[in-house]
Amino acid sequence: MDNVSFTVNENEIVAVVGESGCGKSALALSIMQLHNKQRTKIEGAIRYRDSDLVALNEAQMNKLRGKDLGMIFQESLTALNPLMTVGRQIEENLDYHTDLTKKAKKARTMELLAKVGIPLPEFTYKQYPHELSGGMRQRSMISMAIACNPSVIIADEPTTALDVTIQAQILDLLKSIQKKTHMGIILITHDLGVVAEIADRIVVMYAGQVVEMGTVLRIFKNPRHPYTRSLMNSIPSAATGQDRLHVIEGAVPSITRMPRQGCRFKDRISWIPDNTHENSPELHEVASDHWVRCSCYKHFYFQGRKEKR
Amino acid sequence: MWKFILRRILGMIPQLFVLSILVFMMAKAMPGDALTGRQMDPKADPERIAEQRVQMGLNDPVHVQYIRWIKNIAHGDWGVSYTHKTRVTEVIGDRIWNTVYLAFGTLLITYLLAIPLGIISGRWNDSWMDKAITGYNYLGYATPVFIFALLMLFLFSFTFALFPAGGSVDPYIEPGTFSYVLNKINHLVLPVMSGALVATVTTVQYLKNEIIDTKTRDFIRTARSKGIPDSKVYSGHILRNAFLPIAAFLGYEITGLVGGSVFIESIYSYPGIGQLFVTSVMLRDFSVVTALVMMTSFATLLGTLLSDIILSAVDPRIRIE
Repeated sequence: MDNVSFTVNENEIVAVVGESGCGKSALALSIMQLHNKQRTKIEGAIRYRDSDLVALNEAQMNKLRGKDLGMIFQESLTALNPLMTVGRQIEENLDYHTDLTKKAKKARTMELLAKVGIPLPEFTYKQYPHELSGGMRQRSMISMAIACNPSVIIADEPTTALDVTIQAQILDLLKSIQKKTHMGIILITHDLGVVAEIADRIVVMYAGQVVEMGTVLRIFKNPRHPYTRSLMNSIPSAATGQDRLHVIEGAVPSITRMPRQGCRFKDRISWIPDNTHENSPELHEVASDHWVRCSCYKHFYFQGRKEKR
Repeated sequence: MWKFILRRILGMIPQLFVLSILVFMMAKAMPGDALTGRQMDPKADPERIAEQRVQMGLNDPVHVQYIRWIKNIAHGDWGVSYTHKTRVTEVIGDRIWNTVYLAFGTLLITYLLAIPLGIISGRWNDSWMDKAITGYNYLGYATPVFIFALLMLFLFSFTFALFPAGGSVDPYIEPGTFSYVLNKINHLVLPVMSGALVATVTTVQYLKNEIIDTKTRDFIRTARSKGIPDSKVYSGHILRNAFLPIAAFLGYEITGLVGGSVFIESIYSYPGIGQLFVTSVMLRDFSVVTALVMMTSFATLLGTLLSDIILSAVDPRIRIE
């Protein structure tokens, strides 16, 4: 990842979008300081309130993790310990961040389970992850993340492993919790439908860089960067009645083949002349709170249509 | 649960029955019988030997012999050992406890060594400690137990005379006294250590791999995201998951508990089941051989059942109805 910089405010949902392999999950893990420290090097700062998370040691970070920063993972079956009851796994969070009595912790866990819409908290408390449905598991995971009323939640593709009806329920749940608690949410997803539904701001990532950033309304109405436009164009739509879906040519370059110089999206829009790209692309503010990397967006058009913007 | 166990035990009856046929046929297929050795004896009268064969029913058709044998077993009679001239149950009963002590001691030392070593090796993977343990593992894998046992015998018994070279207890010691127990333990040290030091490496390697594997699982990341300190992540999440397959394996160890170790018992002339088995095969003592094979087979069947029960007790995903 290079030069990724954005802010999450209280009561705001920021969506980070991009294809697989663009560094979205790496971003989430590095915020939580859960990345593999032997294999990574972090430069810069991750600021939370008054502290820089990069500079904190393990013990200090453990005080923030789970308490101030909560995380929701993608695959709830593998992300929960198969040998521990759901109730215990939620309670564990309280063990390390509160000094409630055993009884109070159990009561709080029941309350959390009820809060995320689990119909029989006393029953689910004693169940093991494999005994729950995907939706119920994801709800338990959310209750685990919000156990200590964190001010920031990082949700790494929280709905990807769920079917569509459950997806909507989980999103509604996240949104309603956020409304009550005013926390900031970083929502990592590749589902633009999800973004349009609940996000306030979008950060579009491509190959480890932020290529476009702005409010949901602006970016959906007026996407600028070729990558954002290609992504939007790839959304299947019932209105246009096309036979074939739009596909972005090529694939995200792997880390070893990542171009270090110039526009990283260049190879996938080869019909756009080379001289329209910047040598070292920067983010430009094209409107208030709307940023786009590289100058190629000014000259981009979709292949085959030959329309020039 | 109880229904399941009962059903499994009932299911063993046909298995053991089929097995008994195989065991009997194979024992009979061995060249010679208990009297073959006597033919070499110039003082033995060949006619007398032939007479004895008829008397013992050794000339009857195989199925007749089998039916006689299985009928007797059904009545709890395993026959008489030809070499020991006593009942088979008595011959085995004399030795089974020695084997149980030996196997249990080996098991205990193996786990006492393997569990901490495996945890260190898995948790601090690639540290100098892990490298030292892995070195020991390679050495252990490459060392045949009979060579190692001989080396131990040579060093600690022959050269330094620290421990007795064989047997399970010295003669003329009053059974049941404290010095008798100490003497037994003293005789056990070398055989147990020879077996355990080699057996440890398999468990260490297994545990290490399980821990390394569990460490990278998603739910460990979840646990860390809750702010649980490293040591608690290990004790609360990683180790329990990593122990699952090892706990399940414990059931199978019961086979070794009664089957004994042929190499160790032979090298240390330790009067146990393994040694009894070898000598009985050599002397064509059919009644003992067949009884031993049936016994270890039954233990194996019980062991698999025990493993299933242990697994269902420690893993909530596995429930037996």
